[in-house]
Amino acid sequence: MKLLHKLAISTAIAAALMAGPASAAEKIALVVKSLGNGFFDAAAKGAEEAAKELGGGIEVIYTGPTSATAEGQIEIINSLIAQKVDAIAISANDPDALVPALKKAMDRGIKVISWDSGVAKGGRMMHLNPSDTNLIGETIIKLAADHLPDGGEVAILSASSTANNQNSWIEAAKKILPEKFPKIKLDAVVYGDDDSVKSTNEAKGLISSYPNLKAIIAPTTVGVVAAAQVVTDQKLIGKINVTGLALPSEFKKFIDNGASQGVALWNPIDLGYSAVYISDQLIKGKKAEPGASFSLGKVGSIKLDDNNTAAMAAPYQFDKSNIEKFSKIY
Amino acid sequence: MSLQSTETRRIPDRLGTPLKSAIFSWPSLLIVVAVVLFVVNSLASPYFLSPWSLSDATFNFTEKVLIALAMALLIIAGEIDLSVASIIALASTMMGLALQYGANTPELVLIGIVTGLVCGAFNGFLVTGLGLPSIVVTIGTMSFFRGISYIVLGDEAFKGYPASFSYFGQGYVFWVFSFEFALFVVCSLIYYVLLHRTNFGRQVFAIGNNDVAARFSGIRVERVKFILFLLTGLMSGIASVLLTSRLDSTRPSIAVGWELEAVTMVVLGGVSILGGAGTIQGVVIAALIMGLVTFGLGLLNVPGIVMSIVIGALLIFVIALPILFRKFRNRRR
Repeated sequence: MKLLHKLAISTAIAAALMAGPASAAEKIALVVKSLGNGFFDAAAKGAEEAAKELGGGIEVIYTGPTSATAEGQIEIINSLIAQKVDAIAISANDPDALVPALKKAMDRGIKVISWDSGVAKGGRMMHLNPSDTNLIGETIIKLAADHLPDGGEVAILSASSTANNQNSWIEAAKKILPEKFPKIKLDAVVYGDDDSVKSTNEAKGLISSYPNLKAIIAPTTVGVVAAAQVVTDQKLIGKINVTGLALPSEFKKFIDNGASQGVALWNPIDLGYSAVYISDQLIKGKKAEPGASFSLGKVGSIKLDDNNTAAMAAPYQFDKSNIEKFSKIY
Repeated sequence: MSLQSTETRRIPDRLGTPLKSAIFSWPSLLIVVAVVLFVVNSLASPYFLSPWSLSDATFNFTEKVLIALAMALLIIAGEIDLSVASIIALASTMMGLALQYGANTPELVLIGIVTGLVCGAFNGFLVTGLGLPSIVVTIGTMSFFRGISYIVLGDEAFKGYPASFSYFGQGYVFWVFSFEFALFVVCSLIYYVLLHRTNFGRQVFAIGNNDVAARFSGIRVERVKFILFLLTGLMSGIASVLLTSRLDSTRPSIAVGWELEAVTMVVLGGVSILGGAGTIQGVVIAALIMGLVTFGLGLLNVPGIVMSIVIGALLIFVIALPILFRKFRNRRR
């Protein structure tokens, strides 16, 4: 009796669950590091947008583990393989541990790409980087130069002197200076070690050492906040423009108070959007091989390098006009 | 029969008549839940009833249940080991280190298992040798073992395991039956025999029910407990071999949080968290249930957080049901 009752309830539940849409032309899974993260929710928004644009009833499955572990993502990959999705676009928690599971997916005919945080070469067909060294190097200088029509002195406040990312961006920035920004003079590069206190002291040091300083460029989310706080505290708003790479949610108040004219960072919406565009072209039979180019819709297009990776675009710029919107996302 | 039962005292690990107790036992209740889940899943997703899907699903729990089997014995004996996931990390790190010195597949497996045994012996010594409470000791070694992995690896990873090593976590014995699943079946049988059909098993129950009484009846309590910690270490070492093989790499964050999943399986399997009662059948079915729930919900793309809620609700439901049933029956009398 009890069993019958239970069975009746469970069938009802099952029926309710079945009522959802069951079939779609293409199923593209957007697998993220963990759910409940604004950055990835924004990426999912972009993915939906691309699916709508491409038409043909593409279903985007937005999923990810509760905590950012490779094991959790593998469980999800297994269930996506079972669902026979057409493509998996993943931001990986571990570049190596996911390779066997993703290889299995590819063996069963699923197209696999990684985006944002990559998977080792054997576990994906291609990888989409949010941006690349040269684009970032150019963008951080441009952010300052755009507000210095007559040129001027700038300084860079970086993370640690051993941080690979930052060092290569700064190298690229130095290279592009004489070509594209001849009127900008780079006074110094100092290192705040991604530590608020040290970054604050270094920013103060820059301001007292270089009285003609017009902008501080901090290509690190910690440094940029510290520098903007110093400029605010020392009432130098309007005299020194703080810019660099910053999280909109952390940095909104400095754009609002004028300490910064604008900053930049990768745009998660465009990332999710591009991932769906690429997946769709792979499903339709396009091959991911060095030299192949893919259309990214409104974002532009990419060309794969020898490792089958590509950079999406220059960092996305945030200023007074859009910081309100993006500060709510990430 | 009722006359007899008033005169003799029963051993408290079996309540009611055998038939009645079999029907209303924890494992039967769990089987009902498992069958219901199986039916619901098959109806809910057209992809569920496929041999390969189900085979893939087993990987979600096979490594964890190996640990849960040994953990069940430990919890029945009134102890606990919260360092199991960290033992996995340390054993995996040791295998990765050995790999850097050119170890081959059999050597890697040996190193993984021996590391597990050494960790288990260390826990066992602290608990039985020094008489420290196991929950405190293993919370300590939980940080200690994984800490060593972090010191060795930092944010690096060991990779490049030999191709033959991948068999343990990715290979298939026969058709869709993976090596991991086969090992799970074999180990379940071994642990069933060990707990329910040997003197050692009776001693484990006796210790869990009253370790002072057990001591006075001639059971070498310390030795039994030490062996149980060794077994937990051993199973963690084996799980580490499987998981490392499945991930084909080692990172210090490997298997984070698995100690609680293993304990959840044990408790859901009807093992009393206070010790003294429980069955291996229950633990095995509980593992299957957890596998069914996570895989079934995964097929419906239910977010992970909802899955945790469902597992939590299931745990409370399954534990509360027999208690409510008993209360209801007592009131009717």
